[in-house]
Amino acid sequence: MNTVAIKPVAATAGAASGNHAPKVVSQGVKVFYGEKEALHGVDLDINEREVTALIGPSGCGKSTYLRCLNRMNDVVEGCRVEGSIKIDGDDIYDRRIDVVQLRARVGMVFQKPNPFPKSIYENVAYGPRIHGIAQGKNELDEIVESSLTRAGLWKEVKDRLDKPGTGLSGGQQQRLCIARAIAVSPEVILMDEPCSALDPIATARIEELIDELRENYTIVIVTHSMQQAARVSQRTAFFHLGDLVEYGDTSQIFTNPKEERTQAYITGRFG
Amino acid sequence: MSSTLVLAVVLLMMLASFVVGRQRALATAGGHTRALHSRPPYYGSYVALWAAVPALVLLLLWVVVEPMVVDMVVRNSLPDDVRALPPDKLSLVLTIIDNLVRGRATVGDVPAYAKEAAARQQSLHATASWAMAVLVIGLAAIGFFFGARRIAPTLRARNHVERAATWGLVACSAIAILTTVGIVCSMLFETLHFFSMVPPQDFFFGLVWDPRFSAAGRDGSAGQFGLIPLLWGTVFISLIAMLVAVPIGLLSAIYLSEYAHKTVRAWVKPLLEILAGIPTVVYGFFALSTLGPLFRDIGASVGLDVSATSALTAGVVMGVMIIPFVSSLSDDIINAVPQSLRDGSYALGATQSETIKRVVMPAALPGIVGSVLLAVSRAIGETMIVVMAAGIAAKLTLNPFDSVTTVTVKIVSQLTGDLEFNSPQTLVAFALGLTLFAVTLLLNIYALHIVRKYREQYD
Repeated sequence: MNTVAIKPVAATAGAASGNHAPKVVSQGVKVFYGEKEALHGVDLDINEREVTALIGPSGCGKSTYLRCLNRMNDVVEGCRVEGSIKIDGDDIYDRRIDVVQLRARVGMVFQKPNPFPKSIYENVAYGPRIHGIAQGKNELDEIVESSLTRAGLWKEVKDRLDKPGTGLSGGQQQRLCIARAIAVSPEVILMDEPCSALDPIATARIEELIDELRENYTIVIVTHSMQQAARVSQRTAFFHLGDLVEYGDTSQIFTNPKEERTQAYITGRFG
Repeated sequence: MSSTLVLAVVLLMMLASFVVGRQRALATAGGHTRALHSRPPYYGSYVALWAAVPALVLLLLWVVVEPMVVDMVVRNSLPDDVRALPPDKLSLVLTIIDNLVRGRATVGDVPAYAKEAAARQQSLHATASWAMAVLVIGLAAIGFFFGARRIAPTLRARNHVERAATWGLVACSAIAILTTVGIVCSMLFETLHFFSMVPPQDFFFGLVWDPRFSAAGRDGSAGQFGLIPLLWGTVFISLIAMLVAVPIGLLSAIYLSEYAHKTVRAWVKPLLEILAGIPTVVYGFFALSTLGPLFRDIGASVGLDVSATSALTAGVVMGVMIIPFVSSLSDDIINAVPQSLRDGSYALGATQSETIKRVVMPAALPGIVGSVLLAVSRAIGETMIVVMAAGIAAKLTLNPFDSVTTVTVKIVSQLTGDLEFNSPQTLVAFALGLTLFAVTLLLNIYALHIVRKYREQYD
């Protein structure tokens, strides 16, 4: 995928890490719910094939920002987005962009596992079917198998693909949702607190998976757990009260934050 | 003393017991509420319950049993030759006595023994009333003293009162259940009576419905009581009704729950539900005066022979009547599909219609089937529309333009009219009713089973 070079990293960002190019470039993103302004102009560049963690206390706007990236806020009544978000140089809020195609490029995994009440196979095949990705049954089978394999679920479910997805354990359901998102081969995967409904073992399994997926996908993850942000991400953005307070390399944010508020949050003095 | 007066006295005593019990509890605790196990009103209720409940139970029993006892005593005191009369004559005598007691006018000569019996009945009744008043009020007083004596700060009045309340609730639900059981039993006995006159296989598998009203009561005039034409009429009309109601109801539910703007929904849903509040006789009127002639004229213009009262008219009007059931229930069920499933589908790039077709509807399907089945059982029980729109001729026909009739219509027409009660012509109504009851009961059980199974999936 060719990336279009756009202006340097945002003002608050620290030194760019490594040689990854920005995949998502957002400038002055404001979100309104009715009259209320939930995000006050966020400038944030997300690098390709890295994990970017969004942290901050509840109500800080991190999930709101995440949902701007695949325009899931369109579904919310009375929600309005200003500013520009470009993925590979395409403004995703441009009139010419079809939201269906955008969401095929930007997949999403939710806080609570939400498999469809269908079989495991049908859950994964859902995306490819509606986008007409597979030619024939064999190709669809391959997509399902490779998606489940990449989500680390194939071995556990290969003998019961026709069983309902809702019958799996919480951790397995969440990996099924990740497989479902991968099946349409997106470029970016958004994860909204993907482990908050899971036990520690399932959480560790998902974190491992996120680390493996980094090779092929750009991942943005919202999390309440600072340990998780520190473990899985390369870059971390700290949000507070609708502002992006600080953005930089994860190691720098957690060891040597520049902002007072970041320091206070990561050491647990508020939040 | 009349039973109403006794009831009023007992209720007054109950009120007084409450006040006394409350005061007494406070007094025993020396005015310190904290020293009591329960709060003072519970002690009041405790005494009030002791005063009222046994007395009211006795009163109820007395009111039910007393007339029976008095009747029996009076009847046994009649002269032997009167008691030996055949049942119908005897019942005539008893009616005369009853009329005398109530002071109504009687026809013809009143025999002396009847006057005597009437006088005896009146005096017995007067004595019994006084006995009842004394016993019931006495029992209330005993209950009051018993309850009041037991009041002490350690008495767990709240637990006792709450247990009594639980039993009250149990009694109420028992009444509802017992009524159902009573209805079924009364139908069952009459049905068995009917089957002693007409063999069950002739009823369940008979293809002809011809009860021969005019010949009723004469020998060898059993008539033919074939259930099949009526059952077919019911099924046929319900089928047409569902063909109208399911698509319209379901699609409007989808529009309301998925597409309609909040303000539109706030207006349209109550309007649709108004349809459910229209009395069915009004629908029948509409079918009879407007839709039936319309269908007949349309039929005539395309060369079809459509009868003014036809299965089609009844089915269509019944379908319209059922639309709100289907749409309202389906709307609730579609709304119960979690938003997270829709989000999951949108996030994969599905459009709204794809999401509805592939995620929302399959998830809601069991519930929708349940709601449709409930609507079907409603259609099966409908009578008024059919009488007015489909006629009363029991025909076994596949032609929707012909008139047919249903089980419910025949129940009405068999039971209304001057017929002796013991003839199969009348008793067949109970057999029909029981059959209908069994069918709708099974449908409802099945529907509830499906709806419940669906609920478990998301809770």
